[in-house]
Amino acid sequence: MEMNDKKLQVSAIKDGTVIDHIPASNLFKVINILNLNKVETQMTFGSNFGSKKLGSKAIIKLSDVFFADNDINKIALVAPEAKLNIIRDYKVVEKKIVEVPESIKGIAKCMNPKCITNHEGIVTKFTVVSKKDVAIKCHYCEKITDAEHMEIL
Amino acid sequence: MENKNLISITDYTKEEIFKILDLAEDFEKNPNQNLLNNKVVATLFFEPSTRTRLSFESAISRLGGKYIGFTDASSSSVSKGESVKDTIMTVANYSDLIVMRHPIEGSARWASEVSRVPIVNAGDGANQHPTQTMLDLYSIRKTQGTLDNLNICFVGDLKYGRTVHSLLQAMAMFNTTYNFVSPKELRIPDEYKLYLDKKGLEYQEHRELDEVIKSADIIYMTRIQRERFSDPMEYEKTKNAYVLKNDMLEETKENMKVLHPLPRVNEIDTNVDENTKAYYFTQALNGVYTRQAIITYILGLK
Repeated sequence: MEMNDKKLQVSAIKDGTVIDHIPASNLFKVINILNLNKVETQMTFGSNFGSKKLGSKAIIKLSDVFFADNDINKIALVAPEAKLNIIRDYKVVEKKIVEVPESIKGIAKCMNPKCITNHEGIVTKFTVVSKKDVAIKCHYCEKITDAEHMEIL
Repeated sequence: MENKNLISITDYTKEEIFKILDLAEDFEKNPNQNLLNNKVVATLFFEPSTRTRLSFESAISRLGGKYIGFTDASSSSVSKGESVKDTIMTVANYSDLIVMRHPIEGSARWASEVSRVPIVNAGDGANQHPTQTMLDLYSIRKTQGTLDNLNICFVGDLKYGRTVHSLLQAMAMFNTTYNFVSPKELRIPDEYKLYLDKKGLEYQEHRELDEVIKSADIIYMTRIQRERFSDPMEYEKTKNAYVLKNDMLEETKENMKVLHPLPRVNEIDTNVDENTKAYYFTQALNGVYTRQAIITYILGLK
């Protein structure tokens, strides 16, 4: 019983959001993008769990935190397979998948070393030209950055 | 007055492009019009480009305007480390329109977001050079009578040539057929082939400058630069393979014209210059009319 209590505190939440299927290597990028360092309610995260799909995955559980679709879609660049479970009274009441947005502000770095965004303090802006293998086109230099060269700020 | 810029040729619709080409036609008939009276245009050349700068300054002068500016970054505050943003915000106080050439890609777009006066991009690195594209379109329409259903053969450095990339994009609005002739190292980048694929347009790539020019309405020649080759031997081997000679033009179409953004080095034999199919020097003249049209259109004076 005591064990159960402890387990309950660490792994289950009453109300909130569970973000699952984050690639283990990108856990901290997800934390940064969603500004989770500012969260004041209980948060647990774990990494390097086995995953058939991802090889190694991470998971984040947030008490009393709920995201707008616009906000959560920002993590699509680093965790395209991520799944969200919305928890109410210990039960999953809704499941969501992230969707790559049409445009991206900030978050990613333009891979073109000659782009103005890499020379002056400018917030990057991109339009998404491919959602499957994510590729983004810079609003300024018009060059395409593909998933392989994508660097998250 | 509409605060409109010219940053990338793809920002303009077909209708806007036609409007500018029609205005340019008007300036060709009547080049000296005092429309820029009491107006100041800044020409900021963060990297030197004598030809483009003179063309702009000629256009401004023929419109009765004044121009201020610098001809390379070393003679301006930029050499003291000033940012594009600060330079533009300052110069916007002194002028009604800013023409800028800058080696950093996207600098013109950025300038247009911080400037309170319109920006005309006179080339941003390897990205865009839309006033060149506009004068190319003007030259094509003038010599062919139309922009629709033409066959264009691009020759030379198709990898780094931004004039090629912008013209290719603009011509995609007009059901163009494309032929690309280049050495392997300088072939057209995949993203532009993808662009044409998406529009359902036909194109072919070639290694040799031969038969392919017979079907062309326009041959668009570009300079192959030594510094583009990692192996100098490769440059020596290829540099003479893409030279247009007078006898090659014999079997080309009657209406065919040879264009070149200039400067030329040796890729067009000088004996082609006398051929009626050579059009590159008139093309450069058209640049003045087209730039007059762009400036007056953007300032809402026409």
